[in-house]
Amino acid sequence: MARRVSAARAVTITVVAWTAGFVIFFPILWMVLTSFKTELEAFSMPPKFLLFKWTLENYTVVQERSDYIAHVWNSIAISFGSVLLSMLIAIPAAWAMAFAPTERTRGTLLWMLSTKMMPPVGVLVPIYLIYRDLGLLDTRFGLIALLCLADLPIVIWMLYTYFKEIPMGILEASRMDGIGPVREVVFVLAPIALPGIASTILLNVILAWNEAFWTLNLTTSKAAPLTAFIASYSSPEGLFWAKLSAASTLAIAPILVLGWLSQRQLVRGLTFGAVK
Amino acid sequence: MGSIRLEGVRKAFGSTTVIPGVDLDIEDGTFVVFVGPSGCGKSTLLRLIAGLEDVSGGRIIIDGKDVANLPAAKRGLSMVFQSYALYPHMTARNNIGFGLKMAGRPRDEVKRKVDAVSEVLNLSLYLDRKPGELSGGQRQRVAIGRAIVREPKAFLFDEPLSNLDAALRVQMRLEIARLQKSLATTTVYVTHDQVEAMTLADKIVVLNAGRVEQVGSPLELYASPANIFVAGFIGSPRMNFVSGDLAAQLGAATIGIRPEHIVVSRDGDGWRGTVAAAEHLGSDTFLYIDVPQTDGITARAVGELGLKPGDDVRLAPDGARIHRFDAQGRALHRMK
Repeated sequence: MARRVSAARAVTITVVAWTAGFVIFFPILWMVLTSFKTELEAFSMPPKFLLFKWTLENYTVVQERSDYIAHVWNSIAISFGSVLLSMLIAIPAAWAMAFAPTERTRGTLLWMLSTKMMPPVGVLVPIYLIYRDLGLLDTRFGLIALLCLADLPIVIWMLYTYFKEIPMGILEASRMDGIGPVREVVFVLAPIALPGIASTILLNVILAWNEAFWTLNLTTSKAAPLTAFIASYSSPEGLFWAKLSAASTLAIAPILVLGWLSQRQLVRGLTFGAVK
Repeated sequence: MGSIRLEGVRKAFGSTTVIPGVDLDIEDGTFVVFVGPSGCGKSTLLRLIAGLEDVSGGRIIIDGKDVANLPAAKRGLSMVFQSYALYPHMTARNNIGFGLKMAGRPRDEVKRKVDAVSEVLNLSLYLDRKPGELSGGQRQRVAIGRAIVREPKAFLFDEPLSNLDAALRVQMRLEIARLQKSLATTTVYVTHDQVEAMTLADKIVVLNAGRVEQVGSPLELYASPANIFVAGFIGSPRMNFVSGDLAAQLGAATIGIRPEHIVVSRDGDGWRGTVAAAEHLGSDTFLYIDVPQTDGITARAVGELGLKPGDDVRLAPDGARIHRFDAQGRALHRMK
């Protein structure tokens, strides 16, 4: 039932919401502003908010010093590659769990999720050694495989939740239509679950894009994505705030745009099944 | 061709046995109806035939070949579901033609067959709509169209009319009967509605707790029920059962008399009773009568009857139509 909201209350709620939104967004805004300052102004005290000398110099320097496009390409390849690979495994897995469950299905799902609770650093050394011996260090395929494995539990869980919402009868109808399991998934299940599959892909692309632990530890140059691009502006020569900010702004821009364009889909995906 | 033979078909879910063992012969071209109360295993038996459930034992022989271990897709049967189970992302045309398309039939053949089927089912105007844009009756037609377009060995219907309103149900029932007669395809139809069973079936299979209680034509079951369960299940209103002295006088543990086989009069011969309630349906009157030594008797009388609650009446059962049952509920021979 709709409640009547008084004008004063509406104003208060609006002000509080905008303030909260601004506070949350402020670090990103500050980073973007800093990227247009000179190094000197970047850490001047008191900080300058808008009244400083705007410059694009940092962006020029960053582009000259490191190859932004190559990093972007690595990020795209790694995030989309890992998500597509995990979809190939997860769709049949979630299909089996949702439509042909056994007594152990629930346990398997929970066990898969529990692996996400282990800190990745716990397996860094063994994985590093395995990757070194297999020649997978600093390769795109190595990262695609690893991020795919790391994403799988969440991807399977999300797809499983969507698939559970689809009436079993529709899949049974396709079996009665003489259709085998592969075509059942491709022509019946996947088109019906398309909104869910799309949100799963989006969310996991974003997670993979932002993944920093493995990408930093297993790459040096050839396969280095944008996370490594940002990191390269931190330590060795001391902190260059303005350049670091420019690099970070460049790094998050593509995913910010993707997230903005797909926010409705993302919110729907994340709250799907929460309210029946 | 489409003869189906079940030999010792068993189904258990974990430690619960749902179907302890069913033997059944369904001849080619017949319309067989599985009927029984809810939970009697009729839908499960249908799903076993379809291949949507795995058997726990026994053989399912279709056209001489054991298909018990074959997946549903390879049995050559088609099914109409209670929920219609249409593909929500496809138009009515694609719903009907999907199976043919997936079987790799040429496009013009699929189109020709879909057009022919939709003509028969009066669907031609709705072929470009998706299921969400169709009414319940139209969805049901699409589901039937999807089943017949593939020219299967047999149709399986799982309570196909229970989601429709009463008027539409009668209309669809007639259409299904007409369609089946013209196609002469073996049909197995599951329902809990005995009116559907009586009107559609060549042969009715009455199921109770996973067991076949009796198999026969509708009138055979009505006239000669094999036991109390069938006697009580077939016929509306339900058969009256009387035990005790009245039954013992006729050499039975229980006797059964259908409401339409009792003559009710104000005076005359027969059991004494008092009208407890009278339902006037226009064409008929159902009388609920309190009779000593019984749990009450239901009688069916003519429409314009002046009886009202509290009236004393006499009940004269038609002696030739009294059913006698032994202590185990099995039918005994009729009284001569």
